[in-house]
Amino acid sequence: MPAADLAWLLAAFALVSLMFPGLAMFYGGMLGTKNILNMLMMVMSSLAVTSVLYVLYGYSMVSGNSWGGLGIIGDPLEFFGLQTFVTDLETGGAEGLYWAAFFILFAAITIAIVASGAAGRMKFGAWIAFSALWLTLVYFPLAHQVFTFSDPESGYVGGWLRNVIELHDFAGGTAVHMNAGVAALALAMVLGKRKSAAHRPHNLPMVVLGAGILWFGWYGFNGGSAAGANFLAQYVVLTSLLAGSAGIIGFCLVERIRNGKATTLGMASGAIAGLVGITPSADAVDPIGALLVGLAAGAVVCLALTWKTKLGIDDTLDAFAVHGVGGVVGVICVVLFADSAAPAGITGILFGGNLDIVWRELVAITVTCTYSFVMTYAIAWGLNKTIGLRVTEEDEYAGLDVTLHAETAYVSERA
Amino acid sequence: MKLITAIIQPHRLDAVHEALSARHVNGLTVTEVSGYGAQKGHSEIYRGAEYNIAFRPKVRIDVVVTEDEADATIQIIVDAAYTGKIGDGKVWATEVSEIVRVRTGERGVTAV
Repeated sequence: MPAADLAWLLAAFALVSLMFPGLAMFYGGMLGTKNILNMLMMVMSSLAVTSVLYVLYGYSMVSGNSWGGLGIIGDPLEFFGLQTFVTDLETGGAEGLYWAAFFILFAAITIAIVASGAAGRMKFGAWIAFSALWLTLVYFPLAHQVFTFSDPESGYVGGWLRNVIELHDFAGGTAVHMNAGVAALALAMVLGKRKSAAHRPHNLPMVVLGAGILWFGWYGFNGGSAAGANFLAQYVVLTSLLAGSAGIIGFCLVERIRNGKATTLGMASGAIAGLVGITPSADAVDPIGALLVGLAAGAVVCLALTWKTKLGIDDTLDAFAVHGVGGVVGVICVVLFADSAAPAGITGILFGGNLDIVWRELVAITVTCTYSFVMTYAIAWGLNKTIGLRVTEEDEYAGLDVTLHAETAYVSERA
Repeated sequence: MKLITAIIQPHRLDAVHEALSARHVNGLTVTEVSGYGAQKGHSEIYRGAEYNIAFRPKVRIDVVVTEDEADATIQIIVDAAYTGKIGDGKVWATEVSEIVRVRTGERGVTAV
């Protein structure tokens, strides 16, 4: 039923588009009162930059026929201006232009997550330049390698991780989450620590609302990745719900044991960690497996939060722990306890599955994380040497809202 | 005339207000302030990272009374603000040399 599929996919598109203000609120609330508008700007500007690039060459680089048949990157000129999609093919269902729109959101949310690593100290122009370069050199190639299927009939060649390594990644645990988490870490390392003392999260209710909106969007992100109004869509909506819920339990349990209290920020972070974990595994685990994915992702992410302090890296809002580590946990869960009865039909090694899934997934994790780290570091380093990435120390103390955007988020009646 | 200033626990404000009203102290000024005394600050934990919060929220009450009401007013505030725990706050009195009621121009004790 192409029309039914299209109806669900358009709804899923709308859900995912709400993830942007959701992420902006999630991050903004975690910062102090003087850098929140800058964070909203960085997150929302991801849509502006991505949309332009995607029409010009992004769609071609991600979904185009692989350049030289190598499976590394799509031919950047194949769909220039998305001109080939303008004509109605009268299939009644989702056509190329729907997927262009849906994938713009995927690319944009990925770079938006990276913004969290730069919170409170990056020049806005440098951020825009960085995001354009990063999408072109890091996201587009990885998304091609992970998302694009080959079509032997037409001789169309897709990405090598998808078709040669045959990784299992349902909706972007690698190209979206690990990629963004690792990139945020690399960007934070090049930028260096914030000069001014870290502020407490200034608005936890906003963080919780942001997390809730993200969660809502996630049903579109994973559900839309089912590509239709089908059994798979309802399956992954359930597993996403279960993993987000169990993520709360995993995160808060570790907090309770380690710090003595379960916290609101931990609850919101745990839900997101669980959702990150289920992104690669939503179609491969059964309902109990989905709870385990959430539990494991929530608990491991909570433990991983302390690493940055030990390493002295100011990954300001923990994108590496939440998205990088959370994504890895999700993929490992597929390896361990995928249920052959689930739609993906993969048997985890704990249930006697074939061991080659171990190397397939390890290659996918290693390639994604290594490529993302090295390239992101190089881009950030290069920009820092040329246009400079950081604001002045004075601006940093005054806060980026007023120094970069000439605004303040909160008005005091007396000031 | 005396200016009585009290720094108290925010949750005791209603009790102090009630007690002062019963004594016909007509008019007081309340300010939300922060600071520290013997109680010191406290720590909060966000995603496993500890933040030391140096200042605690308190409420400051300012009320001007006549010389002979001063001691009783202080005692009322102290009794109403008391919980027995560290952080209950302090009350002190300062000499006031002049008061003018803005509306009428009355000065001194009649303006209190």
